[in-house]
Amino acid sequence: MNLSIAIQKRLSATFALEVKFSIPAGITMLFGASGSGKTTLLRCIAGLLRPDSGEITIGDQIVFDSKARVDVPVRERRIGFLFQNLALFPHLNVVQNIEYGLNGLVRSEAQQRIENVLKMFGISGLRNHKPNEISGGERQRAALARALVTDPRVMMLDEPLSALDYATQSQIIGDLRAWNAVQRIPILYVTHSQREVFALGERVVVLQEGKILAQGTPQDVLEAPAYESIAQLAGFENFFDATVLSLNADSGTMLCRLDGAKTEVEVPLSRVEVHSKIRIAIRAGDILIAGEFPRAISARNVMPARIVSLRREGAMVIAEMDAGRSFEVHITPGACESLGLKPEGQVWLVIKTHSWRLVAGGAVSGHEP
Amino acid sequence: MDWPAILLSLKLSSLVCGFLLLIGTPLAYWVTYSRWRWKFLVESVVALPIVLPPTVLGFYILVAIGSRSPIGRAWAAWTGHGLAFTFEGLVIASLLYSLPFAVQPMTVAFSQVDHQLIEVSSVLGASRLRTFFRIILPLSINGVITGAVLSFAHTMGEFGVVLMVGGNIPGVTRTVSIAIYDEVQSLDYAAANGTALALLLFSFAVLSVIYGLNRKSLALWPLRR
Repeated sequence: MNLSIAIQKRLSATFALEVKFSIPAGITMLFGASGSGKTTLLRCIAGLLRPDSGEITIGDQIVFDSKARVDVPVRERRIGFLFQNLALFPHLNVVQNIEYGLNGLVRSEAQQRIENVLKMFGISGLRNHKPNEISGGERQRAALARALVTDPRVMMLDEPLSALDYATQSQIIGDLRAWNAVQRIPILYVTHSQREVFALGERVVVLQEGKILAQGTPQDVLEAPAYESIAQLAGFENFFDATVLSLNADSGTMLCRLDGAKTEVEVPLSRVEVHSKIRIAIRAGDILIAGEFPRAISARNVMPARIVSLRREGAMVIAEMDAGRSFEVHITPGACESLGLKPEGQVWLVIKTHSWRLVAGGAVSGHEP
Repeated sequence: MDWPAILLSLKLSSLVCGFLLLIGTPLAYWVTYSRWRWKFLVESVVALPIVLPPTVLGFYILVAIGSRSPIGRAWAAWTGHGLAFTFEGLVIASLLYSLPFAVQPMTVAFSQVDHQLIEVSSVLGASRLRTFFRIILPLSINGVITGAVLSFAHTMGEFGVVLMVGGNIPGVTRTVSIAIYDEVQSLDYAAANGTALALLLFSFAVLSVIYGLNRKSLALWPLRR
């Protein structure tokens, strides 16, 4: 089963969804900031919103074709859709919610399916409970069960787990994976959480301002992001404009200087020329802090820095460092304490060459990195 | 006490209430979900009886169902008698007069049903009819009950329209409010008092039973917590 989409949908004078992609069976993450058009795309596929033009094909059935005037109604598309707020029917209990989509099925067959899905999602004990009588995680399971029990040809999930704690999230993700190991249908999973992309996705499609910015495996797209906007989404906190000083093909590195500072850093070699302007990025968690100058160390970038500020956020300390340019560095509270870090203190920042990423500035539509 | 008039009013109100559930529910559904650009015209027409003096409304209904109008003639050709000053004519007039009191609470209740529930219902393969009876109606049942109660009560108490369209024919169009008016006109205060008291107690009893049975149905009172 394949899902192919090539649609245009203008939502306002400044925003238009314009996408063309195809996804195979398995979990594809739809990744993008809020307002990038993720939900609009799902609604078009489900038939809740009519695209201005284009085609949508599920398996071998064309469900939408603006030229041939095909527009299969929502209720005949056989799609599973898990809404962000779940949309469980508040006046029906768990079993009634689940059997709602099985109207028209032989009674025994429906009963069989309901038992299976209740067991699969571990909610057999909640049959007669109303949605407001069960926990958030249980509601999630019930809504997922209600969608999957109808045997959909495509499953779409709109940021379904964002409100749950991590343990519950990964359990539900595990259940979904197990279910799809048997069914093998395309699953489109909307998220803006990078962790969910890595935990779940076999593939990722990055959406920005209604256009597809990149697609591929999570590793390809998010670990080595080619565009700054993806890098930002993927949790890169530090971006610098820099000028290439020298290329070293033997070691696969190049030396460059951060613009507006004397700071020189060694970064992975790229196909650029000496003196050209580049943009580089580093994750705040990939920067080490040393209390004194480290003598024997493999990392090639060691630079003196002054602590500007330290701020505790959850189980993490966010340090702002001045090393010619401002760096954001994330460390644990324990490390912060044992190093005796204080504002105005002097430290050394240590960065491995290959932690640096080269990124391109804006979005280039239609280009796949 | 004028028992025939009380019974006639009860019969009229029950019929009107029943018909309004049949006519008003689809109309309220249409008003809630239609995206027709001239919808506001229909809304205005439905709401007219709220602002119009009953005599004005009654006058136009009388003209519309009179023996010279197409409706009146069609009715006469079908049944052999006219519509004006008959019980049937009264039912038609009351339907129009009480329509907004049934439709408005229903429309409010329908529009408060979370739209995502309706979408998920169609994603799950349900037709519009199934979505209406399984999701929208159960979740807005209080508004429907309210609409029914209000239209019933409103029909019980109507005076001007009845007088214009039905006149004052005992056992046919002489409703309770006409009877009370008549009794007062003939200075029979004891009879007027008896009929009025019966109407008052009956209305109070009906409302008490409905509010008591369904604590969440807020016809006029905010939700109790």
